[in-house]
Amino acid sequence: MAKRIDVSGLNAYYGAHKAIDDISMTIEPRSVTAFIGPSGCGKSTFLRTLNRMHEVTPGGRVEGKVMLDDENLYGSGVDPVAVRRTVGMVFQRPNPFPTMSIFDNVAAGLRLNGSYKKSRLKDIVEKSLIGANLWNEVKDRLNKPGSGLSGGQQQRLCIARAIAVEPQVLLMDEPCSALDPISTLAIEDLIGELKERFTIVIVTHNMQQAARVSDRTAFFNLAAVGKPGKLIEIDETERIFSNPSVQATEDYISGRFG
Amino acid sequence: MDYSAPPITNTPPPATGSVSGKAVRPGDRIFLGLSRGSGIALLVIMAAIGAFLTYRSVLAISGDKANFFTTLDWNAAGLEPKFGIAVLAFGTVVSSVVAMLIAVPVAVGIALFISHYAPRKLASPLGYVIDLLAAVPSIVYGLWGALFLVPHLGGLYSWLNDYLGWTGIFSYSNGAARSLFTVGILLAIMILPIVTSVSREVFLQVPKMHEEAALALGATRWEVIRMSVLPFGRSGVISASMLGLGRALGETMAVATVLSPSFLIGSSLLDPGGGTFAQNIASKFSEADTFGQNALIASGLVLFVITLLVNGAARLIIARRKEYSGAAA
Amino acid sequence: MSVTTSHRHRRVAESRSAVSLQQARLPRWTPPVLALVAVGAGCGIGLGAGLDSTIQWGLIAALVFIFGTYALTAAVEGARQAKDRLATSMVWIAFLLAVVPLASLLWETVARGSKVLDGYFLSHSMGTLPDAMPGGGIYHAIIGTLEQVGLATLIAAPIGLLTAIYLVEYGRGKLARVVTFFVDVMTGIPSIVAGLFILSVWILILGFGPSGFAGSMALAILMMPVVVRSTEEMLKLVPNELREASLALGVPKWRTILKVVLPTSIGGITTGVMLAIARITGETAPVLLLVWGAKTINNNPFEGAQQSLPLYVFQQWQQGSDASYDRAWAAALVLIAFVMILNLVARGIARWKAPKH
Repeated sequence: MAKRIDVSGLNAYYGAHKAIDDISMTIEPRSVTAFIGPSGCGKSTFLRTLNRMHEVTPGGRVEGKVMLDDENLYGSGVDPVAVRRTVGMVFQRPNPFPTMSIFDNVAAGLRLNGSYKKSRLKDIVEKSLIGANLWNEVKDRLNKPGSGLSGGQQQRLCIARAIAVEPQVLLMDEPCSALDPISTLAIEDLIGELKERFTIVIVTHNMQQAARVSDRTAFFNLAAVGKPGKLIEIDETERIFSNPSVQATEDYISGRFG
Repeated sequence: MDYSAPPITNTPPPATGSVSGKAVRPGDRIFLGLSRGSGIALLVIMAAIGAFLTYRSVLAISGDKANFFTTLDWNAAGLEPKFGIAVLAFGTVVSSVVAMLIAVPVAVGIALFISHYAPRKLASPLGYVIDLLAAVPSIVYGLWGALFLVPHLGGLYSWLNDYLGWTGIFSYSNGAARSLFTVGILLAIMILPIVTSVSREVFLQVPKMHEEAALALGATRWEVIRMSVLPFGRSGVISASMLGLGRALGETMAVATVLSPSFLIGSSLLDPGGGTFAQNIASKFSEADTFGQNALIASGLVLFVITLLVNGAARLIIARRKEYSGAAA
Repeated sequence: MSVTTSHRHRRVAESRSAVSLQQARLPRWTPPVLALVAVGAGCGIGLGAGLDSTIQWGLIAALVFIFGTYALTAAVEGARQAKDRLATSMVWIAFLLAVVPLASLLWETVARGSKVLDGYFLSHSMGTLPDAMPGGGIYHAIIGTLEQVGLATLIAAPIGLLTAIYLVEYGRGKLARVVTFFVDVMTGIPSIVAGLFILSVWILILGFGPSGFAGSMALAILMMPVVVRSTEEMLKLVPNELREASLALGVPKWRTILKVVLPTSIGGITTGVMLAIARITGETAPVLLLVWGAKTINNNPFEGAQQSLPLYVFQQWQQGSDASYDRAWAAALVLIAFVMILNLVARGIARWKAPKH
């Protein structure tokens, strides 16, 4: 159920400003791909083009092709709503629906897609919460509001919500940047488990994190402030961190800038 | 934020050289006295309003030879004054309820239109125009209602009568459409801008991340609104509606120009008749003697209490919302 | 987990992964075309059935549009998309539903009001002109409104401003909480109740006759809470660092407020006061109870009945002749123009004086 993503010639704009320039890459299924790079290099923007969330931003516009196996996400007649159901997303700050209970939060996506029997719904919610390593902590208070959980638990709740609808791909936009180290560790462990089932793409500011969780790493950079971001290189994580083929990558990783 | 501070360097140093002592400077004392005095003056005014209205009302109600709350008549002149607020309370409540039923859904719709549907170039000028419309004086709505709206409603009312006349509420006997229902429609149009304006503010405050959460699950625009925007904005919409209700309850001129009043509670909302507190005061005032004016003041006090309760409820909801969003943050 | 559920689960997952990203969509021109069809149907049915009210035509068109869109979308795109389109069309119709009467109100006022509005109208009173005769003007009403609103502002603005300063700069204790509460209560006073209060004190107990000043007092009651609220908001926007910087230089508190806090927020405060003025300018009910209205010029707001613009509109409407209707519309136009200009200028000041980010 995990699919390969094949991007070619992708440009993204905010109004007249070009945010990313001519990006092509392949993202392997059942693996974790990390995006690293300095602030403003367009890695988050690029991530949001992979489930057509970029065009939600006022003035947001995309050119190019994103193939999910053999379907172009930007092809004519493709419904962005269907794309987002197939490509799930977890955001920087945990964003459970504040007025919904824990159970309803996980069930929210399922309820959109049709009616389920109560017992089915319960099964899927349980399975998703187990999948997000949250079940043991919340099984006794499923009807309490999701906003009452700690930050790390909220983020795992959001992951449970995203995987409940069985997406092909899971995008994570700096999922740990608002969390403490212990919660971060919990999420990183979880990512390792989830990659058995999903294609995972994670944006991170933390290079140790990229090294810990990812199989492949893509380095983004921009020529100057205000210039569009570019993909510098993408390779096995080990190679990127030990012996990158581009000087800029090595400079960034060894902390010489960024 | 970058506030440019006015130059304060050339302010002369304080006259007193001493650092110790609690001597308050005369300037400070005067200024504090003035501003605190203003606050107290405001309280005195409020107390006086309550006291004098109550005093006058007691004079009136003790002279009332009939039950002030249940009597269906307003005859405050002569030796046997008999008057009651039943018709006024009924008319005020009915016209305001009709106004709310029409205005709130439409206002929420317009607010959503401006915040989530309209093209961005259109949205902010639209919000601006709505704010401006909220400033149109009520007498102008009254004039327009009497001379333009009323003649256009007759056809609609006959139509309602044809299909819904059997309910009794919507029966209509082809008179001028100067009824409580017309008042309700006019009040709805009047309060639309204010309810819209407040609701729009609330909808625009919905955190982007809640909307994106719904979007990323594959929600359509309507589902995003249902899952993120409406739950977040619900209490705001309620308090906006309460603000509108407060205005509708106390509106005088728009009702006085449109309604053809009578002291009857009819079953039909479309036929002329009925009255509201404010309209009754305005139309009975000029021919009333002192006792008659006391009687009108008594009815005004009832109106005051009702609007206080409505506004109080609105504040309570707003306060609860603040606590709630504080806990969620 | 039992075998059956996981098995069933796999099946669902498979069936979903088979779902294509492609979605049958109605062409982009569908809504406008459907809107045209709906308008046509509304007019057609209206004409055919001989319905004489255009309101009905509009309602029919709206219903046709809503159900047409829903049925078509449900058939082509599916139930969820249909619900989404239904919401979209409802929102659009709510918008149109509101635009029509509000636009009509403005249009009627301008069209009918410009008929007799000229220099003569602005510079003459009604004098002894019989009600049904054309002619006359609103000079006396303009004088009355300016004086009444001016006096009300003189009373309400200082009290409101100082109260707001007290609440923001000094208020910590019980008194401040009580004042805040009653400012809220005061905001909700219906204008006619404010009129009744002044009536019971000024006229019934103290025995004064009607005058512009009596009206001003009632208007001031309505204006005070508005000024307090808006000034409070503006003062709260002044960053504390600014106050502390001044206090740390040894500037006394009252001078800090006068020289630092007020100048920083003066733009917003002015805007608030002007919006409050615009609001009370249109008030009719208290003026009706306390100023009574007059046909001739009375320049003295402290003695005798006066006219005011909103009251003039009401009384001309009451006369019920064509000539008086014309005058009512013209006066309404002047009133709207005055209120709108105040609003625009006030918002202009707010934007011009707004702190730059």
